[in-house]
Amino acid sequence: MIPADLRYTKEHEWVRVEGDVATVGITAHAADQLGDIVFVELPEPGAALAQFATFGVVESVKAVSDLFAPVGGEVVEANAALAAAPEVVNSDPYGAGWMLRIRLADPAQVDALLDPAAYEALVAEA
Amino acid sequence: MTDEPRSTPLTGRHEALGARMVDFAGWRMPIQYTGILEEHRAVRERAGLFDLCHMGELFVDGPDAGDALAHAVTTDPRSLTVGRAQYSMICAPDGGVLDDLIIYRLAGDRYLVVANASNAATVSDALAERFEGRRAVLDDRSLATALIAIQGPAARGIFAPLTFVDLDTIRYYGIGEGTVAGVPALVARTGYTGEDGFEVFVDAAAGTTIWDALVDAGRSAGLAPVGLGARDTLRLEAGMPLYGNELDRETTPFDAGLGRVVKLAKEGGFVGSDALAKAAEAGPRKRLVGLVVRGRGIARHGHPVWAADRRTGAVTSGTMSPTLGVPIAMAYVAPGDAAPGTMLDVEIRDARAAAEVVPLPFYTRTR
Repeated sequence: MIPADLRYTKEHEWVRVEGDVATVGITAHAADQLGDIVFVELPEPGAALAQFATFGVVESVKAVSDLFAPVGGEVVEANAALAAAPEVVNSDPYGAGWMLRIRLADPAQVDALLDPAAYEALVAEA
Repeated sequence: MTDEPRSTPLTGRHEALGARMVDFAGWRMPIQYTGILEEHRAVRERAGLFDLCHMGELFVDGPDAGDALAHAVTTDPRSLTVGRAQYSMICAPDGGVLDDLIIYRLAGDRYLVVANASNAATVSDALAERFEGRRAVLDDRSLATALIAIQGPAARGIFAPLTFVDLDTIRYYGIGEGTVAGVPALVARTGYTGEDGFEVFVDAAAGTTIWDALVDAGRSAGLAPVGLGARDTLRLEAGMPLYGNELDRETTPFDAGLGRVVKLAKEGGFVGSDALAKAAEAGPRKRLVGLVVRGRGIARHGHPVWAADRRTGAVTSGTMSPTLGVPIAMAYVAPGDAAPGTMLDVEIRDARAAAEVVPLPFYTRTR
């Protein structure tokens, strides 16, 4: 259910670290709680993000939710496909529904994130 | 609301269906079952089933029932023929809207007033006070009544076999008495979705009987249970106001473009008539408009609306329209900015998105 190879924030973002690039999205739990996602607002490539800063917004029919950067660094790519097909965040949150690729400013920041077991416990509490 | 939220007679059905439940106006209500978009489309394309047991049902009886109601609300229910309904409002003495209502004439001296759940107690109290000295009895059956709606192009076909009421004799905004699934019921052809459909009033104890019968009858036609989430997007596309968004104590019916429900000339006057006569003469202070966002983003309740660098108003309701696929909103703006085709800006977070004033409703059914 909760991918074992990712790290998580308390705000339900996931991050996959490959070398010095981190791919970021929101978890299946977050997408399910939001409901049908109809709009995603992401920063432009080149934007500088601090860890845990808001980087955008995801909106369902009913709700608006801020997005928080799991790690700091420079945005190298934003998922442009989400502008036309935001529903992919619901259908494939850990795959095609990814949101940002960030060049890690400090790999040690990953240590401040939840591991899969800790995130699973967080979701179970909710 | 400090009390525990009330369950409706159908709460168990919603939970069994896996609905996401929320507290709304003191009630535990389903916000969605499978998803707002899917439920919304079911109503537009087939049919949807709604638990509206939270609404207020206020029966008015007595030889002066019509006069008493006419004194209490902005319309003249005495003008209704038996079996017909009207959209109405109840206002404070200063002309501010206390609630919007549907008033059904059930018999010569018997009416049914349906109020929003959030205002049911306010309306009940106001009616009781305004009836004082008149030969009219208010019977607040809000908790004793189950209200279930079936809405959508397939609604009539699903519903007709369950009732001996001849649905052809009940036109839009009509009501009839009969049985549904063997249960004594009032059947009204009203709704809040922009589709054809029916609302069924029965004793609370019979709520599950009606719900189950409709679920069974609608299974092959694709009838879907619909929560409050899609109810809101459906009514917004249909350009229908929601109390708390488009209507409130600070708004007159004229502001909302609903001056047609204010019968200033009716015999005997009514609570709020002096203030509303002045408001009618002065003209509206603001106008309710439809907006389609042409820029990026979704306009939401409370977002400021700008005409160039002048703040002209605020969004009252907004969503991504499931039917049209574009962000739509209703907003109050200055009267001079209300003409269709006017380009305005909606302030969405820290940016501005272009929005065009369009005529309401956004959606009109074609069948």
